[in-house]
Amino acid sequence: MPARRIIPCLDIRDGLVVKGVQFKGHEVVGEIAPLARRYRDEGADELVLYDITASVRGAPVDLAWVEAVAREIDIPFAIAGGIRSLDDAARRLERGADKISINSPALENPGLIDALAARFGSQCVVVGVDSRAEDGDYFVHQYTGDPAASRAAGRRTLDWIKEAQDRGAGEIVLNCMNEDGRRAGYDIRQLSAARDVARAPLIASGGAGAMTHFRDVFEIADVSGALAASVFHRSIFSISDLKEYLISCAIDVRR
Amino acid sequence: MRVSVIDIGCANLASVIFALERLGAGADIAREPADIARAERLIFPGVGSAAYAAEQLSKRGLAEPLRGSRAPLLGLCLGMQLLFEASEEGDATGLGLLPGRVARLDAGENAPWPHMGWSRVRKTRAGSRLLEGVEDGAFFYFVHGYAAPPGAATIGVAEYGEAFSAAVEDGRRFGCQFHPERSGAAGARVLSNFLNAS
Repeated sequence: MPARRIIPCLDIRDGLVVKGVQFKGHEVVGEIAPLARRYRDEGADELVLYDITASVRGAPVDLAWVEAVAREIDIPFAIAGGIRSLDDAARRLERGADKISINSPALENPGLIDALAARFGSQCVVVGVDSRAEDGDYFVHQYTGDPAASRAAGRRTLDWIKEAQDRGAGEIVLNCMNEDGRRAGYDIRQLSAARDVARAPLIASGGAGAMTHFRDVFEIADVSGALAASVFHRSIFSISDLKEYLISCAIDVRR
Repeated sequence: MRVSVIDIGCANLASVIFALERLGAGADIAREPADIARAERLIFPGVGSAAYAAEQLSKRGLAEPLRGSRAPLLGLCLGMQLLFEASEEGDATGLGLLPGRVARLDAGENAPWPHMGWSRVRKTRAGSRLLEGVEDGAFFYFVHGYAAPPGAATIGVAEYGEAFSAAVEDGRRFGCQFHPERSGAAGARVLSNFLNAS
């Protein structure tokens, strides 16, 4: 089996990396390319560049910074934010992005997943799911980049994961919104439930705050990768230290 | 040094070209038979279906010049698979520069398919030029559903359910099933080895 992946996420607003708490109140962390380079140097296995306001603005991720990152970075990266058509995706893949991640546009038009998978292959189609635990079940939310626009999408999370992979999604990123930005640990219970229905690789997102959280999400929820933002942005620990720790826990990661 | 990157409309060339630029090598794009004939060094990247890519190669008249070329050639991912005689994927006919047939990876019913992610490459031949200076067991980035079984040209193997050829080398012909342009420092070393191979 491939190594478990550590994936820093760069949330981008107006061309700068920002970090919010529970999807609200964003503050600027720094510039895109230097942060991307730092994470690559520390041993990140992949990056996600997420333009958090693209879906709300109605315009897809900026081409110029896709290319700037592709020139600089020699690890795979995914682009997320406001990609609604085959052309939007094609232009970003042509500039050097490896994967296209779709979230709100897939909820608006689930056929977009089929169309992207047929044209570019499932390996470059990631479906991001923003999910909230409510009343003992899990529900999908959309337009979460903007607190004013964020709302329930009217779908059960586990049903949506199954549908997305049946339509051709090659990877699922599950953002557990209750935990996002709290640094109190991944939502192991929700991720385990998702893992039971996911055949495609599942990536955990939301809640990482300590190295033990990564160990737990790999050991208990058996995810393929763990995505995190604020622990890395705030240098609470480095990716290289995290990997040494995971190796000491007998978890297979790339050195 | 100039490297010609073959474009048959089946690959994302940008990341390969950027990787060459990071190594200080200039790249041009080869689309016509004449581009292949005058190339000093060729990289053949590929993503997508083997049958479609094989059809594009012959439709564009590139298969014969590639078979006849004496320039060092590096096939990447699907580009490496097409160096072989045939592929099970769509029953495609390859260039036949290396003996063998590419087959579907079988990692068991419950394993995800295709194989995607960072996997270890074990070196199987001492003195390989392509993997020179690469640590045995180094991780490389893979995205593929088919692979060539280990054979005479194999210089490194990886495992996904079963062992397959991760890298091959036969004279001036080289191939990587992984993506060196997306494999960090180890991948850069492989590309740099190819640029220096004669």
